[in-house]
Amino acid sequence: MKPAVFDYSAPESIAEALDLLAEHGSGAKVLAGGQSLVPMLNFRLARPAHLIDVNGVDSLSYISANGSLRIGAMTRLTAIGESGDVAGAHPVIPAAVAQIGHRAIRNRGTIGGSVAHNDPAAELPAVLMALDAEVTARSVDGERVIGMQDLIEDRLFETTLGDTELLTEIRIPAAAAGSTFGFQEFARRHGDFALAGVAAVITTDGSTITQAALGAFGGTHATRLPTAEAALVGAETGDAAFAAAGAGAAADFPATSDVHGTAEYRSHLINVLTVRALNDAAGQAGGGNG
Amino acid sequence: MAENMSVVINVNGAGRAVSVEPRKTLADAIREDLGLTGTHLGCEHGVCGACTILLDGEVVRSCLMLAVQADGAEITTIEGIADGDDLHPMQSAFSEYHGLQCGFCTPGMILAGIDVVSRNPDPSPQEIREEMGGNICRCTGYQKIVESVQAAAAVMSAEGGSA
Ligand SMILES: Cc1cc2nc3c(=O)[nH]c(=O)nc-3n(C[C@H](O)[C@H](O)[C@H](O)COP(=O)(O)OP(=O)(O)OC[C@H]3O[C@@H](n4cnc5c(N)ncnc54)[C@H](O)[C@@H]3O)c2cc1C
Ligand code: FES
Ligand code: FES
Repeated sequence: MKPAVFDYSAPESIAEALDLLAEHGSGAKVLAGGQSLVPMLNFRLARPAHLIDVNGVDSLSYISANGSLRIGAMTRLTAIGESGDVAGAHPVIPAAVAQIGHRAIRNRGTIGGSVAHNDPAAELPAVLMALDAEVTARSVDGERVIGMQDLIEDRLFETTLGDTELLTEIRIPAAAAGSTFGFQEFARRHGDFALAGVAAVITTDGSTITQAALGAFGGTHATRLPTAEAALVGAETGDAAFAAAGAGAAADFPATSDVHGTAEYRSHLINVLTVRALNDAAGQAGGGNG
Repeated sequence: MAENMSVVINVNGAGRAVSVEPRKTLADAIREDLGLTGTHLGCEHGVCGACTILLDGEVVRSCLMLAVQADGAEITTIEGIADGDDLHPMQSAFSEYHGLQCGFCTPGMILAGIDVVSRNPDPSPQEIREEMGGNICRCTGYQKIVESVQAAAAVMSAEGGSA
């Protein structure tokens, strides 16, 4: 048997799940899609005493596009990638989801799991940061709304969620009118975790950039790229501004070396990918994204 | 040891009851408790695709689910796709086009291939490569697998999308 022994509960409501979290606290782990947690159980890198499987909590699985976009924590990545509501509100999300693992992974993996797991190479935490998303966390003591930046800070493989909190919803404010996006990542193999990647969302007023939000992944933690954003806002779209943003992105990016590539290589990648993403975003301007 | 739980899974069209520890993966339950050893285990952490099955019609990694999570679900393993002695078109194509050598990856490849064709009746070689990038083969070099899936797609579409 691969995983170590644990007790197992499968609550059917949020209230039941919260009671179990309150009872078991730091000894318990929430089981969402299992696409990160079960490998860790199989390796015995995680040995929770109690597993709280929330796959039976149907009220955590929904997509609602009514002003802001609200996505329940247990919504599967495949459903998000195929949702017309999501694509209509924030087309950068399906572009990013398509790069997450493979179909079999996306059929089980959830948005809440991806955010809570906070792998520094994961697409969604960085994309949601660029979109100024907030998450709702609930516990028996009540509910908190946490901005993505405050959820992640500079953490990796953990967030500021408490042991007894359940992430229940991701809420993404409506996109600015006429905003366009670019999404670029580099991975050794389609479906692998990226060495580096960036999501860029820009708004222009004619040819002047009025808003720019960039989120990067593949460094030590998911992050916005403030120097790159500052280089863009107020500038004319085009090679000069995009090159300045690329250099800014490389300066902001918390690059790290590992077996897959050096920090220098990753910084170079984020520069090049930022320029490409901005060109993609500029290419959509005028056409609009609906 | 945590207490066993009883689970009923519809496996390849027949309801089967098993009693498993909560920590047992679905893949291990399929092999050890259901006796269906066609589902192979390579990496046991989601990266190789050998353990691919269909869960309620969708491809999943059976090594990344617990058996208790499949309670009430319908699963299809490699043993469930032929019609008696008549191989599924995907199986016939793998045989005819040499889509396998040692056969270790093949059950996962065939179920992943069926999934690709069920969503895209006429996939291009490039689409097959992208869609099946999550299934690793150490023998064939993939060329023959891609040809097999394309050939099966033609047969399956002609038969009216049989799965
Ligand atoms: C082969 C393979 C390739 C992959 N490639 C990528 C990739 O390219 N990009 C990428 O981003 N990801 C990738 N993944 C990871 C995948 O996207 C995971 O699904 C995701 O990171 C975790 O989501 P999950 O729903 O499976 O969560 P689980 O594995 O169930 O949980 C992960 C962690 O989050 C906690 N958690 C989950 N839900 C909640 C909640 N609602 N409230 C509080 N805590 C919670 C769990 O307790 C656990 O600690 C890959 C996985 C595999 C196996
Ligand atoms: S054994 Fe399940 S993916 Fe490798
Ligand atoms: S045929 Fe041997 S691993 Fe694919």
